[in-house]
Amino acid sequence: MTGAPMTENQTVADEVTARDLFLGFLKVGTQGFGGVLPWARRMIVEERHWLSEVDFTDLLSLCQLLPGPNIVNVSVAIGNRFAGPLGALAAVTGLMAAPFAIVLALGMLYAAYGTSEALGSVFRDLGAAAAGLVLATAWKVAKPYVRRPEAMIVAALAFVAVVIFSWPLLYVVLVLAPLSVAWAWRLAR
Amino acid sequence: MKPDVLGVLMRHFVLLSLVAIGGANAVVPEMHRLAVEVEHWMTDRQFAELFALANAAPGPNVLMVCLIGFQAAGIAGAVVATLAMCGPSCLLTYFAVRRWEKSRNERLKKIVQRGLAPVTIGLIAASAFLLARAAVHDWLGAALTAGTFVLMTATRYNPLWLFGVAAVLGLLGIS
Repeated sequence: MTGAPMTENQTVADEVTARDLFLGFLKVGTQGFGGVLPWARRMIVEERHWLSEVDFTDLLSLCQLLPGPNIVNVSVAIGNRFAGPLGALAAVTGLMAAPFAIVLALGMLYAAYGTSEALGSVFRDLGAAAAGLVLATAWKVAKPYVRRPEAMIVAALAFVAVVIFSWPLLYVVLVLAPLSVAWAWRLAR
Repeated sequence: MKPDVLGVLMRHFVLLSLVAIGGANAVVPEMHRLAVEVEHWMTDRQFAELFALANAAPGPNVLMVCLIGFQAAGIAGAVVATLAMCGPSCLLTYFAVRRWEKSRNERLKKIVQRGLAPVTIGLIAASAFLLARAAVHDWLGAALTAGTFVLMTATRYNPLWLFGVAAVLGLLGIS
């Protein structure tokens, strides 16, 4: 893999306890407006240096191929890497605890009062802010790969399949993942 | 509430958990079919409103299942639905990742990951675009999107406070 502009020169934490995992993911869960991925990446890569940029993307990609909510899978994988089964349990519990309570409380309010016009525009504005976060995350995840044309072509295909052709995510992953791995295989020979 | 609702919730979401490749959003249409058309736990409109609620609240968007469970069978339903949706996939991930990290074939691992990463990049970019398209209707929405993007990429400030601004603006009905 010569010439791949991978930034692996960050300092990476080597000791992360189950307690750190629980508290780190608890913070991510509480902050995670509009989806958790941007906040998880921020905490894991930028604030606590648990994983390098590239390691995070690698792990996320692997978790995307497995069924289930991606970010929940990421918490299990990172928890296991640093602290085994207990770490996995600590990370996933930390991630889910606060949001579960908050969403349940909101569900009760909804059951009692329904929604109002004002809430509709709150949701829309929160959504707009969340879109910026996810956009920033896409940019950061893409940065180590922008100078590899084959990677950008596959990324563009995935984007077009979802945005323009509205393919279900399942098919996009099942079709593009093997093709892309085969391409990476050819290039590596 | 019929006593077997919890069992029905469990059965539906254990299955969904194991087919949700690509994430929880991949099975939202199937959740809709089950909750609205098959089990009649809620109306079409309730589903849309609860989905907006799950997305606006902090935390993984998979918590939509918590709301479906609550609507179907109260707090017990919320707990059962969430555990059923997350449990099986977590276990699978746990064993798959352990196996993956034990594997010594570094070259193969590298190739697989270099192949998968671009798909992930494209999917994240696509979800950003779809989120923006759904939420940005005016200059204020566009400014919020641009604002969080800049805060996140160019500064070390926590973008959380912009969400506060967004919520207040929405409440005041300015946008």
